[in-house]
Parts: sequence; structure tokens; C-alpha cells
Amino acid sequence: MTVFVLEQLLNGLQLGVTLFLLAAGLTLIFGIMGIINLAHGSLYMIGAYAAALVARETGSWLLAVPAGLLAAGAAGMLIEMVIMRRLYDRDHLDQVLATYGLILFCNELVTLLVGRQPMFVGIPPGLAGAIELIPGVPYSIYRLSIIGFGLALAVGLYLLIQKTRLGMLIRAGATNRDTVRALGVDIRLLYTLVFGLGALLAGFAGIMMGPLLSVQVGMGEQILIMTFVVVVVGGVGSIRGAFFGAIIVGIVDTMLRGFMPGWMRGIISDTAQADALSAGLSSMGVYLLMALVLLFRPQGLFPART
Amino acid sequence: MTRQNVSIVLIVVLGALLLAVPALAAALGNPALVGLATRVLIYAIAAASLNLVLGYGGMVSFGHAAFLGVGGYVVGILFHHFRFSEPLFGVIAGSDQLLVVLPAAVLITGILAAGIGALALRTSGVQFIMITLAFAQMLYFFFIALKTYGGDDGLVIRRRSALFDLDMRDDRTFFYVVLGFAVTFFAIYATVIRSRFGLLLGAIRQNESRVAAVGIAPYRYKLAAFVISGMGAGLAGALLANYQRFVSPDMLHWTKSGELMMMVILGGAGTLFGPLFGAAALISLETYLTQWTERWMLILGPVLILIVLFMRGGIAGLIDQLLRRLK
Amino acid sequence: MSTLLEVRGLVKRFGGLVATDHLNLDVRSGEIHALIGPNGAGKTTVINQLFGDFAPDEGDITFDGASLLGLPTPARVQRGLGRTFQITRLLPDFTALEHLLLAVQAHQGHCFRFFRPARSDPRLLSPAREALARVDLADRADIKVSALSHGERKELELAIALALHPKLLLLDEPMAGLGASETEGMVRLLESLRGEVTMLLVEHDMDAVFALADRITVLVYGKAIASGTSDEIQANPEVKIAYLGEGDA
Ligand SMILES: Nc1ncnc2c1ncn2[C@@H]1O[C@H](COP(=O)(O)OP(=O)(O)OP(=O)(O)O)[C@@H](O)[C@H]1O
Ligand SMILES: [Mg+2]
Repeated sequence: MTVFVLEQLLNGLQLGVTLFLLAAGLTLIFGIMGIINLAHGSLYMIGAYAAALVARETGSWLLAVPAGLLAAGAAGMLIEMVIMRRLYDRDHLDQVLATYGLILFCNELVTLLVGRQPMFVGIPPGLAGAIELIPGVPYSIYRLSIIGFGLALAVGLYLLIQKTRLGMLIRAGATNRDTVRALGVDIRLLYTLVFGLGALLAGFAGIMMGPLLSVQVGMGEQILIMTFVVVVVGGVGSIRGAFFGAIIVGIVDTMLRGFMPGWMRGIISDTAQADALSAGLSSMGVYLLMALVLLFRPQGLFPART
Repeated sequence: MTRQNVSIVLIVVLGALLLAVPALAAALGNPALVGLATRVLIYAIAAASLNLVLGYGGMVSFGHAAFLGVGGYVVGILFHHFRFSEPLFGVIAGSDQLLVVLPAAVLITGILAAGIGALALRTSGVQFIMITLAFAQMLYFFFIALKTYGGDDGLVIRRRSALFDLDMRDDRTFFYVVLGFAVTFFAIYATVIRSRFGLLLGAIRQNESRVAAVGIAPYRYKLAAFVISGMGAGLAGALLANYQRFVSPDMLHWTKSGELMMMVILGGAGTLFGPLFGAAALISLETYLTQWTERWMLILGPVLILIVLFMRGGIAGLIDQLLRRLK
Repeated sequence: MSTLLEVRGLVKRFGGLVATDHLNLDVRSGEIHALIGPNGAGKTTVINQLFGDFAPDEGDITFDGASLLGLPTPARVQRGLGRTFQITRLLPDFTALEHLLLAVQAHQGHCFRFFRPARSDPRLLSPAREALARVDLADRADIKVSALSHGERKELELAIALALHPKLLLLDEPMAGLGASETEGMVRLLESLRGEVTMLLVEHDMDAVFALADRITVLVYGKAIASGTSDEIQANPEVKIAYLGEGDA
């Protein structure tokens, strides 16, 4: 039992850091440019597809990972330069619609290029297998390394924002665009870079999730909506909120999926019924969590300081 | 001609055109036109409902498909219990009567909208967008889990709901029934927009702190608008379920919410008939583009982006400009 | 004369800055009380706290016999506070008249009316037109705000506030940015309201202040350094040094 709990906790952490990579980009882009980007999930999908294709063709993850990052980052910057840039002064409605149009386009384009069949990619050979964290408790090395990469990126992001000149500009840009302009900084370039950074993070999340899920059209939106839950729970515009929100949502979601079937089978005798119901209820869990947070802390658990 | 006269003429022309749809379809030898027009009217009701909060009230709800779908499911579930004559929860008898299932759908979606709205309206801006989207997604998963009513396969409604002795199976009859509901709906919607409540809603959209400064706390008015809007979408959902004789979680999918928003913007947010134009445009586009290419989203996506970037005011805005130029 | 507004020990800090510093202020029923002070003295900050835009850190505000602390803005308006803004807050898509319709319906307290058309309802229209006429905007009723001049917007804000029949009107620089004749008109308008409504007037135009104010409070760095009649303030040496810039006199 405790072994199962531990395993679920780690799985939750793994989902949590993945969600964090998406939420961090989303909230960074919102915090600095004031823009809501629905197509953030598409960048995640693009990263996943590019890496999966390269891995399939070359069999090399050393090529696949940079390819995924490159594709996501380039797509992100392109989107920023062609579309987003014109939306900074618009209201959220326009931003939502334009980026919704972008999702439709990206999904259809990927379908056209790769087809509707889900792609399955294997776990990179070096990271396959399991390791005994505690004697007698084997755990997937791959998942463990996702947790490691995710946490390392979180620390890296923290250092980038707190300690570097780019980070200083990012923080200044979030509160006052004019100040940044006055510093003689090309604000357009800064925005493109920030958008590219968000795209890289999303793409990386997609690359990492590829071997765990099937890579398919629509994967971006599924995780995007969950990322929204993270952002609302954590607090819009706050990286710290994105981090804790992601970990909480990841763990709650995984735990519910792990334990709900057992509980339900205890209540309902028909196993198939119980499983279907628990699948539905556990999918709803994080949304109920969000409702609870809204009820008690409408600004989220870790709101950005204004 | 004054502006008002022009609008009256336009409404009369529009009404005559709609009345003549079945005849036109027969004359053109294209009976599918009746179904197309029915769907346009139904989506126009849904889009107009969304327009009340989005266009007039400035609340960007990205979850209105939830109300559409729940409205549809109320019809489906009530019919299911009617067919197997086993009461829901052991007490609520099923029904196949349109005048029972429609009010039930409107009532249930109203209650649902009150719950979702009460929570979501505690926030605004992007959070509101994300939250409405998330709640709709939650309900989507709920109906997938609801295996009793088909889960992700959906629920077939064997017969359209009955209304008096009308032959509802006939698409032309059903079209006129929907037209009746649409006309009534638009009449009420136009009245509400011109009322004190509508005036206040417009003010709330523009500046809530100005509204607070005249002594009005916006929250409950926003909530009321959200509830009315949810009820309208529920009505549309109930009609849609009847039309296609089928409900499934797809009706609650987030892309449906996106489509409803698209209709509002395409037609002209915050205008009376914009949603009707938007629904007509999008549904015709969908119908004809899918005949032409399966990849129509490849065209629709960029078109949407271009519309957002360059065409403000939608179709209603264009018509308005044209009329102005005529004078 | 009874005291309508009583501010005691009010403190507001923005980070390290003390924007309101243990302020005491009394506004008596029926008077025009001016609140003056150099730029950044904290006048708008006081108004904002009175109106409920943000909560003070310390102190109490009593209005018409009851504390306002903790009440949101709409509740304060319902108790009889009205306000105009230093930077006008109007609705860009509305005409002047529509603003007044909104104010009148707010005052009547009937906003949950879904059926009767608002824009042709005589119960809204006649008080709305009356209020517009009061500020001389009757002939601008159907003009959208975006097409109104700066001065007309200021007048419109005043008309909106008046339509709510407030007991106390908080006026944040009603003459700012007005030309000479417009200023004169505004002074005349406010003069005509004397006795009808109590006013707390924030204003930089000293001629207007001295023409209108029964009493004046001088604010410097968030502190009230003097309070008294026009004559007393004009004669006060501290005020001259701190504010009127006549230290050499
Ligand atoms: N929301 C705020 N956050 C931080 N500081 C603020 C805020 N509002 C006002 N201040 C500061 O408080 C001080 C007082 O500002 P306030 O606007 O009240 O001055 P004022 O007397 O109305 O000036 P003016 O005559 O220019 O209108 C200023 O230093 C201002 O920068
Ligand atoms: Mg000021």
C-alpha cells in the first residue's frame, strides 16, 4: 500500500513538473505581455511531434530533443512576430479568438503532414528500465529523470529571472513597459525572446511527455486546459504560483486516478460501472479543486505581488 | 428613410426569407437547405445568448458549450426515462413532450449557470476565460463518465419530442417550430437589451468602477446576465438534441464553445442580429467547405485570425457601414 | 451646524510612503470645504479612502452618524456619497444622456427591469434631462463621450453625481484643465449648489477655492497643517511657507 502511495506521489510530481513547464510559459507571457495564448498547447504538440518524428527516423534522442526544442522555439517566435505582436493592445477576447484560430490551423496542419494516427515513441534507451529508490520499490528511471529535468528547469528559470539582466528586464517589463523602453531596450525583441522562452518550455514538456503518452493531435488542448487550472489555482502571473499550483494539481490528479477505482469498487459492485465512474470523477477532481480555491481564494493560492 | 425604418424593412425581409425557406428549398430542389436553416436558427439562439454576456456584458465566457450540451442531455435523459418508463431517481417521470422537456432544459441550465457563474464571476479577465473553459471541460468529463446515458458514445433519442399533434418527424414542420422559438427568443432578447437591465449591462462592460460610483454593485447583475445566457444556450441545446435526435459529450467539447464565440465575433459582438449572421456564415462555411475539402480548418483558422486582426465589428458592422453609405 | 463627515486619525501607507498621515477632518452639513495642497500631497488618496477605492491602514471615517469602514463603494454611494474624478471615468460607447439614464435608474434602485425600454422611459428621461440641463449640457444629450470636450466631460461627471442626490459631494479638481470661461462657469455652477449639497472640494485654482470655500484644510505630505476659514488660511504664515510659496512675503 505505502509502495503504491509512493509511486503515485512520484507520478504526480512528474505530471506536476510537466504542467509547471507549460504554466510557467503561459503565466510569463501573460505577466509580461498581458496576452492570453491558447495556442500554447500547440507549441507543446509541435515539440512532441518534432522530437517523435526525428526519433523515429534517426533513432537518436540526441538529435530528437534539439529538433523538438528548435521546432517549438521557432514556431513560438514566428507566431509572436506574425500574429501576437498585433494583439498586445487588443482585449482578451481578440487574443482568445486569434489564438483559437491558430489552434485550429496547427492541429489541421499536423494532421495533414503526419496523419491522424497517434504516434508511439519508445523511451530513450539510456533512460529505460526501473531503479530501486528504496529497496523493493522499483520506479521508472525515465519518469524520475523528467522530475529531475523539470526541477532543474524550475531552478534555472528562477535564477534567470532573479539574477540575470534578461530576468531584470523581464521583471521590469512586467510592471512597467515604459521603464524598459527608457532603458533603451528593444521591447519588441524582448517580447519575442520571452515568447520563444515560453515556447521552449512548452516544447520541452511535449518532448518529455511523448514517450509516456501517445503523440497525437489534440494533446495540446487537453493539457492546456489543465494548465489553466494550474494557473488559476496558483495565481495568474506568478511563477511561484505556477510551480506550486502545478505540483498540487499534478499530485491531486494522479492520486485521484490511482485511488478512485478502489474506492468506487468498494461502493459499486459492478466493476465496469465503477471503473467508468471513477475515471470520470477523477478527471473532474482538479476542476473541483479549482472551484474550491475560487471559493476561498479567488486570486489563487500564490497571487503575484502587484 | 430613417435608420429605424431601414431596420424594420430589414427585419421584414429577413422574416419573409425565413418563412419561405422550405418553399425555396423545394424550388431549388435542395431539401437539405431546410436542415441547414434549422441549425442556423438553433445556433443563432445559442450565439445570441453568448452575445448577451460576451458582447453586451463584456464577460468572455469560453464555456458556453456546457450549457448547450446540458440542455441537450436534459432532453435525451428525459426521453430515455420516458422510453423505458422508469422514473429518474425513482421520482421524476421521463417525458417526450416538447413543452415539458424544453422548460426543464432551460431550468436546469439556469441553475447550472447560477452555480458556475457565482464562482467564475468572483474573478475577471483572463481568469474568467480560463475558469469558464475549465468548468465546461469538467462537465464534458462528467458526461463521458455517465455510462448509464451512453458515456462517450452519446445517447440516441429515438423520436423528436412531441408538440400537440404536429408531425415533428417532418423537417419542414420542425423548422417552423424552431423558427417560432427563435422569433420568440429574439423578441425577448431584444427587449432585455433595451431594458434598464440591458443599459446597465452595457455600462458594466465599459467600466465597472463607473458603475460602482453610481451606487451599483455589478456582481449580481453580471450573474443574472450569465444565468439568462446559460438558459438561452440550454434552450438551443434542447432544440439541437431534438433536431439531430442525438446527444453526446461532443456537444460540450471546448471547440463548440470556440465555435459559439466565433459566431458572435464573426456576426458582430454586441449587436442584435450579429449572432444570427455569424451562425449563418459559419454553418454555411462549414457545410460547403467540408464538401470541398476535409481540411477546412486549415482555411477557417487563418480566416478567423484575419477577421480578428482586420475586420472589426463583424458582419453586422459591415451591413451598418453599407447602410450608412447608401444614404 | 452638525458634522456630516468626520475623519479621525486616518493613515494610508504605500510601501514606505505615508500618503495620509494621521489626518483629522470635519466637514459640516451644508458647507463647501476645500482640501488643498501641493501636487502629490495626498488629496486624491484621501478622496479614494472616503469613497472606498481602498481601505485606510488606520483611523476611522464617520459619515452621517455611521462608520464607513469596510463598506464597498456602492454601499457608500447609497448612503449619500457622490464623487467626480480627477481623471474622468466615463463610458466611451455611451452618450451623455445614457450616462444620466444609468445614474437615475441607479438612484431609483430599479435595475432588475427586463422589459420596458430604458431609453424611452419618461421616469428615467425627465430626471436625466433635468440633470443635464443643470450643468448646461441639454443640447449635448445625444453626443457620445468621445466627442465631448474635456470641459463637457467634467460637467457630465458632475451631472451624474448630482443625479444621485448625494448628501456629500467629493469633487476632485473639477476645474483642472478648464479654460478661463469654463472655470467661471464651473464656479457659478458649484455656487448655485451651495446649501443644497455639502461639498468637499479638492482644487488647485486658488481663486476658485477662495471664492467658494467656507472652510479650507491644507494638506502637505499627507498631514493637515492648517484648517480654518478662507481668511484664516490666507493669513496663516505656515501655509504661505509650505504651500502658497510666499515664504518671502
Ligand atoms: N495606488 C498607489 N500606489 C502607490 N502610491 C500611490 C498610489 N496612489 C497615490 N500614490 C502616491 O501617493 C502620493 C499622493 O498621491 P495623490 O494622488 O493622493 O496626490 P494628490 O494630492 O491628489 O496630487 P495631485 O494634486 O497631483 O492630484 C503620491 O506620492 C503618489 O505617488
Ligand atoms: Mg489628485
